[in-house]
Amino acid sequence: MKKPLSLLSLALGLFAMSFITGVHDGYHVGDVARDFKLMNVDKSMKSMADAKDAKGYIIIFTCNHCPFAKAYEDRIIQLHEKYAPQGYPVIAINPNDKDKAPDDSFEKMQERAESKKFPFWYLYDDKQEIAKAYGATRTPHVYLLDEKRVVRYIGAIDDNSEDADMVEEKYLENAIDALHEGKDVEVSFTKAIGCTIKWKS
Amino acid sequence: MKHYHLLIFFLCSFGTQLQSQDITFIDHQQISKWKSTESDTVFVINFWATWCQPCVEELPAFEELNRKYSKDKVQVILVNNDFKMNVQSKLIPFIQKRKLESQVVFMNDTNADQWIQLVSPDWSGGIPSTLIISRRKNKEILFEQPLTYTELESAILSVL
Repeated sequence: MKKPLSLLSLALGLFAMSFITGVHDGYHVGDVARDFKLMNVDKSMKSMADAKDAKGYIIIFTCNHCPFAKAYEDRIIQLHEKYAPQGYPVIAINPNDKDKAPDDSFEKMQERAESKKFPFWYLYDDKQEIAKAYGATRTPHVYLLDEKRVVRYIGAIDDNSEDADMVEEKYLENAIDALHEGKDVEVSFTKAIGCTIKWKS
Repeated sequence: MKHYHLLIFFLCSFGTQLQSQDITFIDHQQISKWKSTESDTVFVINFWATWCQPCVEELPAFEELNRKYSKDKVQVILVNNDFKMNVQSKLIPFIQKRKLESQVVFMNDTNADQWIQLVSPDWSGGIPSTLIISRRKNKEILFEQPLTYTELESAILSVL
């Protein structure tokens, strides 16, 4: 993939110019996110509209192969178990091209979902349209949407990918709690190291 | 017997010292230093990890760049993002096996949200990514994608 981006901006500090390539535009907090129709690991097609009585949606772009995604698997399961009953289901979406990342093929997704007993939908964005529309760049990459699909939080699950016991800031949980209580999400955007999405050539 | 103990102690401490010299730990302050450099050295800062396949695949391009352009004051720095528990068990053996000549440092800063923003407001944190800083041309170039040698070299030639 080679996609030079138009971001030519006056840089802060010493530097007069900065260039960036490889990053996609996408949703910002406050935008209304599009729904989708993607295949779940059980081979049924799923949309957010199918999630009955949802008060919001925890969309997580993730995958099988990425060590950061793996490090978060159990935490993502726990998130769904904690928040789905409150109306905020996790919807996991794998956006990786199977030719670039063979471990992220639909069949491997089915295997992973089976062995880890994923309680949430694990969908395959095989055309990569949804990841592009959202502006996802890495796995894991979270978009928390409210009932009307307005983006309320974008970013990391928490502040320690390596060790769940050392987490100090649960960014996503704080955001969901705020949303649930009808409050503003205080920290609505965070960054984290992750695996770049493997785009089709 | 006592002598043996001393010898073992000596060897152990020597071993530890060697290992700790193998790799420098950095945090967000080092990022700030690179970003505000006054030096005419061009910094090519690559963010990678041993488990990241596209990162590993592009390493030879960075090694080649390092060899060819060090005389032009181009410095390649490979900023590693493995988990800390894998530094001794995976990262250091990897560097030795691949005989990496470019400088490798370990990113020892758990506040990723902060240091990623310092690298560039435009960087989301996906790896591999590469930041080129050229004080000479007052330019920064960020790539959030893997690079071939040709892509890397043409970027460097635009800032020398």
